[in-house]
Amino acid sequence: MKKIILLVMLAFSAFLSQAQNATLKAGDTAPDFKLKNVDGKEVSFNSFPKAKGYIVVFTCNTCPYAVGYEQRIIDLDNKFRPQGYPVIAINPNDPEASTADTFDKMQELAKNKKYPFPYLFDAGQKVTDQYGAKRTPHLFIVSKTAKGNVVEYVGAIDNDPEGNNAQKTKYAEDVIASLKSNQKPAITQTKEIGCTVKRKAKA
Amino acid sequence: MRNKFFNGMMKIQKKAIYAFLFLAFSFSAYSQNVKLLNIDQLNERVKNGKDSTYVVNFWATWCAPCIKELPHFEKLQADNKSEKVKVLLVSVDFKSKLSSAVVPFVKRKNLKNEIFLLNESSPQEYIDRIDPSWSGSIPATLFIKGDKRKFVESEFTYEQLLTEYKKL
Repeated sequence: MKKIILLVMLAFSAFLSQAQNATLKAGDTAPDFKLKNVDGKEVSFNSFPKAKGYIVVFTCNTCPYAVGYEQRIIDLDNKFRPQGYPVIAINPNDPEASTADTFDKMQELAKNKKYPFPYLFDAGQKVTDQYGAKRTPHLFIVSKTAKGNVVEYVGAIDNDPEGNNAQKTKYAEDVIASLKSNQKPAITQTKEIGCTVKRKAKA
Repeated sequence: MRNKFFNGMMKIQKKAIYAFLFLAFSFSAYSQNVKLLNIDQLNERVKNGKDSTYVVNFWATWCAPCIKELPHFEKLQADNKSEKVKVLLVSVDFKSKLSSAVVPFVKRKNLKNEIFLLNESSPQEYIDRIDPSWSGSIPATLFIKGDKRKFVESEFTYEQLLTEYKKL
């Protein structure tokens, strides 16, 4: 009997740990957070009281895909913050597992690249796990509704990581265009190659 | 015109022979090449291959954890030569990086496994075709044994890789 209880408990904890890391989908509630920005201040959804929604992007200092999208993330913020959809960038990597992703190095990068958006440090990777961010960059577009903050889109910024295709599909821009005209986005989920979220090796 | 060309050739003939020898030597020294391969071709490779187990690792030259675990895949193949297992290393580097990054990397690391560069343009389609559970992060590894497929989206130590292989 004891064995059975133990097994059930094990199965349940395995289920829990799995559930914890499942990536959010369109329609899910977008959990709020309070994380330290590179300027030392804490940022949450409420830091943008006039926003209609948010472009939450998990990105980092090092991943070549993240670096490749750096300018496009800056462009997204410049274009959509004035329209009510600011970018909030969160670094999902553990700084011990990825030494180029420490808070100091994040500050350096944000300064060098003149990030117009907050770049947040996710201590303990808690928000990363709540959203189920799996790679960098991993984008979540959130809208502010009467029912709270809702995930509208999860995936890639566009379908052109190398940045040389003039005919690219700009997923993120299309989603925001739909939201602005009070429509649900046609595409709510995309996939893209990227770097894994760096974690401490399991003991 | 033809004569002039021929004379010119005679003059540099000696040099040409050296150049040819040098090229031939470097080609044989670097016997490993990297072939382009799409998902259909990958499926064909697995279906028509002589081996019963396939370990397909998705990696890229820019991916540090991938580079760290590549020797484990080399070792898995080398240590299990007598078994019907084949390791296939499929790079997801950009196609434009084939000759500038992937081939030189393979040469520098002296990789012995079969190496491919994924010849697909739409991640939306191919990621799901490899495995619907794949978010797209690398390293990721697909184990195939007969009808059984197991997909693991994380980095391996050699012991972890061997355990997964033995479990199949």
